Amino acid sequence: MSRYILRRLLWTIAVVLLVTLVTFVIFYVLPSGDPALRFAGKQPTPQVLAQVRRDLGLNHNVVIQYLLYLKRLVLGDSHGWPGLGFSYSTGAAITPQLWQRAQITLQLVLGGAVLWMLIGIPIGVISAMKPRSLFDRASLVTGLVFISTPVFWLGLMLLWLFWSTLGWLPGTGFVAFTNNPVQWAQHMIMPWFTLALLFAAIYARIIRANMLDTLGEDYIRTARAKGLRERRVITHHALRASIVPVITLLAIDIGTLIGGTVIIESIFNLQGLGNWVLEGALNQDLPVTLAVTLIVTIAVSMLSLLADIAYAYLDPRVRFK
Amino acid sequence: MSVPLLEIRGLSVHFPTPDGVVRAVDGLSLAVERGETLGIVGESGSGKSVTFLAAMQLLGKGRAQVQGEILLDGVDLLTTRPAEMRRIRGARIGMIFQDPMSALHPLFRVGDQIAETVRAHEDIGRREAAHRAVDALRQVGLANADERAHQYPHELSGGMRQRVMIAMALVLEPELLIADEPTTALDTTVEAQILEIITEMKVRLGIGVVLVSHSLATVADVAETVLVMYAGRAVERGPSIRVFADPQHPYTWGLLDSLPTVDARRERLVPIAGSPPSLIDPPPGCRFAGRCPYRFDACDGDLPDLIERGGDHADACLLGTADRRVVRRHPAHTTAPGAPA
Repeated sequence: MSRYILRRLLWTIAVVLLVTLVTFVIFYVLPSGDPALRFAGKQPTPQVLAQVRRDLGLNHNVVIQYLLYLKRLVLGDSHGWPGLGFSYSTGAAITPQLWQRAQITLQLVLGGAVLWMLIGIPIGVISAMKPRSLFDRASLVTGLVFISTPVFWLGLMLLWLFWSTLGWLPGTGFVAFTNNPVQWAQHMIMPWFTLALLFAAIYARIIRANMLDTLGEDYIRTARAKGLRERRVITHHALRASIVPVITLLAIDIGTLIGGTVIIESIFNLQGLGNWVLEGALNQDLPVTLAVTLIVTIAVSMLSLLADIAYAYLDPRVRFK
Repeated sequence: MSVPLLEIRGLSVHFPTPDGVVRAVDGLSLAVERGETLGIVGESGSGKSVTFLAAMQLLGKGRAQVQGEILLDGVDLLTTRPAEMRRIRGARIGMIFQDPMSALHPLFRVGDQIAETVRAHEDIGRREAAHRAVDALRQVGLANADERAHQYPHELSGGMRQRVMIAMALVLEPELLIADEPTTALDTTVEAQILEIITEMKVRLGIGVVLVSHSLATVADVAETVLVMYAGRAVERGPSIRVFADPQHPYTWGLLDSLPTVDARRERLVPIAGSPPSLIDPPPGCRFAGRCPYRFDACDGDLPDLIERGGDHADACLLGTADRRVVRRHPAHTTAPGAPA
């Protein structure tokens, strides 16, 4: 098991290094024109341009530039770790903002993920236990509705209903958990549901399909033949085998969402990574775009490492391959 | 005489399908005594597995129409309520299956899978259940039972896995063991060991055993009584020595003639021509008639039932016993039309 983890860890480090190289090529080398101009924001003064060249080491050749870029990332810079520099448009350091915004996005995505698993798993399991039943058909139709509903429309509808019409929930914005846990939850609940309803529908379908496959397995017949309660056959034997393949999917989805919740963050005015990368793109603030791209790709590789470890823990056959 | 341990009376299992009703089992009767092994032989689709899945109420809700009686110690399992049936499965009837790789849960340690059986029926702690599991593994002759209990199915060989299945089926010392083709997926050398363990456990626990197989040779070695099934019907039943030495039904002849023998009495193996009939609306009369070289008019009449011909030996063939002796000595299939001369 530990050898397996070590192997996966080394592999992940290699992938992350590759990611730094690819982002470097995309942001520094591939676009035509002076990289300093792109990093410096909309209307840079000659002084700013000179500072950009100095900060990013643009006077050196490309290889040295990459090594400097890597060095700033690994060792940090004057603005913190990892060294992602400075936004020449807003005049703020990237790193502290990145951590602060990543926290908000993580709270949104992880909370949403917990919610969609809590909704999706039971629905998938119950549907699989009685396929073609009324419940199964109803969940299929409801799921299709949520899969095809645009996220922005769903978010706005929730706002209209629970904030504007019923007044049950506060509108938009974010309150830190440490400031006021109740208000934190009140502010997060609509973004969570907006995110979770779509994914719950998808995951319910996947878990239903996996469960139907598993329930046809010989070892389920064995479990029944030894006199286990049907409840235990379902939750212990069938669900366990059905949930393992979902782990990988979950990691990929969470990873992708870390940089992909632009719409929800905009609707609910959450100052997370999605909102930030949107601002960065609109203001031609390249350091911001670069930072988010980098962090999201690294997060995806980290999460897939975690998924592999979880997979090996849950399925003993994986460890021996 | 006391009640048999397991008695099946007039069992029919029908599966409604869009194409018609599949008569998987049609009017089957049999009995198993304590301390006895009943061998059930037949090819795929003859209804042998379905019969015992029906006995365990494991056919799936609403999919099968089951009629007749399956009596365990005089109590009909077909009318037993599901909650009560759950208590019987594992505790009073143990069951093992064809492929131990797929029959064991791949994600759980084998010891835990056995302990789970114990805990499903007895109110005991984890540790004690784990002890019972290791004991059960030791009883079926698994070396290093302590360590094996902590392994996963994929870490064990096929023979070891089937021993685990046997240990799991017998850990609660049930009265009846149903072994559904327990050696089909195993090597021949391992097959002998597994059959030996089943017999040993039968003697030690004094239980009844049903050994389902497609091979008459496998069954004849360990079973006292043999029942031959064809297309959902019993065609011959008797003490296994007599069935093997003096088979009465043309289908049993076919089964034996298609077996290789060591002393090479026969120069070549003779397959049974044709294939089993469709079980959807089968024609009236003997199910084997379509493949039988000795078919005559009466065979297309009513479904023949097992008829006792003395010495506990019964068959469902309409040929007169004198005729049988003649045709058995001069088999028709060697000169059957279409066969090379």
